[in-house]
Amino acid sequence: MKPYLREKTTFSASEVPQATAFEAGYLVSVNSGWRSIRPVIEPARCIGCEQCYLYCPDGVIAVQNGKAVIDYDFCKGCGICAKICKTGAVRMEAERE
Amino acid sequence: MGNPTAERISRDEYFYGHKACAGCGGSLAVRAALKVLGQNAVSVLPAGCMSAVGFNFPQLCFSNNSIISTFAGTASMLTGIEAGLRAKGHTDFTAVGFAGDGGTADIGIQALSGAIDRNDNIIYICYDNEAYMNTGIQKSGLTPFGARTTTTPAGEHIHGNLRPKKNMFEIAAAHGIPYAATASIGYLPDFIKKVEKAAKIRGTKYIHVIAPCPTGWGIAPDQTVEIAKEVVDCGLWYLAEYENDSFTLNHKPKTFSSVEDYLKKQGRFRHLDAADLETIIQSRDKKWAFIEKNFSYR
Repeated sequence: MKPYLREKTTFSASEVPQATAFEAGYLVSVNSGWRSIRPVIEPARCIGCEQCYLYCPDGVIAVQNGKAVIDYDFCKGCGICAKICKTGAVRMEAERE
Repeated sequence: MGNPTAERISRDEYFYGHKACAGCGGSLAVRAALKVLGQNAVSVLPAGCMSAVGFNFPQLCFSNNSIISTFAGTASMLTGIEAGLRAKGHTDFTAVGFAGDGGTADIGIQALSGAIDRNDNIIYICYDNEAYMNTGIQKSGLTPFGARTTTTPAGEHIHGNLRPKKNMFEIAAAHGIPYAATASIGYLPDFIKKVEKAAKIRGTKYIHVIAPCPTGWGIAPDQTVEIAKEVVDCGLWYLAEYENDSFTLNHKPKTFSSVEDYLKKQGRFRHLDAADLETIIQSRDKKWAFIEKNFSYR
């Protein structure tokens, strides 16, 4: 995975795709603007069972040090993680921005 | 605490940043399968949701080699990729196709049938969301009886789709294919096991995975996984495999959950009346009588 858009570095013309055949995994825009609600992890309740990681359609959840962590740049707020969580460690909150 | 399924598959994401609707079942199927097959998977996507959401130039969401094929040519392009890479001396790769229900059961069926006939060493995964969702919910050969789509509207006299779902799993099996399986994203560990198994078998492999579409099914985005589980629990879908000329059932619900509950949760079935429900339950029971008779269960 190469999330170029998050590394705010300069780049040359050869690094910019000029046709649809280009390096795989070239991302230029985030999906966070799609969200009206966002999942929030309560670390105290999270047991690191990785069910949310497994069932996330966007693959934005990773378990680090035994706790789920969400990549909010690409989370669309579908809420599958909150439904699948057996311990109720994922809470859906309204986006405030 | 480790998750046994998560431990077996790659930690890397190969389908990331895509523009699928929130809660998309098809994108979960593609993501999970690629995490099994890894970096050396070469994926082929025909015109359909997963190519539309994965290749939004210049946003290229696949981290493995991927290409868009013609709508009808998923399997024939897989044949070409497999033959081409083999001719160039590559051995460590998997040619995998991800086509929707329309791209498989209607438009791509002859290419798929031809690939199975030649027994090309490919994996063909059909993510079945039961209509042409990408173009705006038109009926496909895999749309179930009673479902409302834009081409099978529900009116006073005709209650949505009049035809039953085409039996793609058994159509693939009838070719004498080395491996065919049905799955559901509601039972993800089962789907992942089947992709793992398919990757080890030589010849053509066909996996048919139910992948609900919140937009087309009229469900909330967070219901995708549970509705995909419920369709198996109520008996309208089943988890099975075909290999060595015989069928195996992988999961047998002790008692079926309510078909009515499953249907009424979805906007596309909300218009159904008691007689339609009876027709659906009867066809389910007929299917299960066939399964009891012809499938083995371990």
